[in-house]
Amino acid sequence: MTVTTPEESHSAAEGSHTEVEAGHPPTSTGLSHEKVGMWAFLGSECLLFGALISTYILYKGQSEAGSVSPADVFDIPYTSVSSFVLLMSSLTMVLALAAIQQGDHRRLRVWLLTTALLGASFVAGQAYEFTVFTREGLNLRTNLFGSSFYVLTGFHGAHVTIGVLMLLSLWSLSMKGKLPTARAETVELVGLYWHFVDVIWIVIFTLVYLIP
Amino acid sequence: MATHESTSDAPTTGEPGPVVKPSPEEGGTKHAHPTEMEYVKVALVLAAITLAEVAVYYVESLEGLLVPILGVMSIAKFAIVALWFMHLRFDSRLFRRLFLMGIALAVFVYTVALSTFHVWTR
Repeated sequence: MTVTTPEESHSAAEGSHTEVEAGHPPTSTGLSHEKVGMWAFLGSECLLFGALISTYILYKGQSEAGSVSPADVFDIPYTSVSSFVLLMSSLTMVLALAAIQQGDHRRLRVWLLTTALLGASFVAGQAYEFTVFTREGLNLRTNLFGSSFYVLTGFHGAHVTIGVLMLLSLWSLSMKGKLPTARAETVELVGLYWHFVDVIWIVIFTLVYLIP
Repeated sequence: MATHESTSDAPTTGEPGPVVKPSPEEGGTKHAHPTEMEYVKVALVLAAITLAEVAVYYVESLEGLLVPILGVMSIAKFAIVALWFMHLRFDSRLFRRLFLMGIALAVFVYTVALSTFHVWTR
């Protein structure tokens, strides 16, 4: 494996992974340990969300007759817009990664901030949705549907919130000049987490909101 | 969508040439990441599928086919984000295996768990 400096890598292969690989010490696999760790973490997160989604599927039709049901509270157009916002935040995230790999730190900050704002909008939308549902009589203790719904979407919202905090930390580091091009892998790792949160919402949106 | 070819298979010579990257097994990439315009095109495809999902939800004549249609669209969106935005299409196969292992384990464990509660037949 040829070792190159970040500068050589950047000029030779703009937008490629080479500078990212050069950003970590040599390993026996040639892979960055941080990236392997992130993928293993995301694999384990599939089991966490799998448990929450299964619990929702198991309980959603088991509430007492006459109590609040999904059809009574869900506002599909509203949630569709929220889903679209989160989906587009994945685009701005990859644009942020492309920007740092090209050494364009001004664009990196713009896209990081845009991604954080889109994520914050999603969380704010979810908080509003929870408020409306509570007003309509559905809370965590109303019935099995309410409990499993709030736990599932609440856990997802907590993941998005953590992602927003990580994005703002990256933006802050970049503003202070502590996020050089050689550390593009840090942006990539946060990006992987962010996209994972997005793909989990793709599943939740279909299974929880769209399928009756 | 076209991607830039990797230089990992380029012959090595004594003269300065293109940077030789590690193979995918070593952690290198099969291809360079897509261009920004390609990312935008992928996002447009995702937006179109989301729009189609919501449209299908409101078509009463498709009510009987709602679950398979939405299932396919959801899996397509999941795969597009994982392959293009998470770069699984371009990165080391080990990352793909780690992620797929988590998904496969989750699907297996919870399908068995839900089956024990007769969820599919109630």
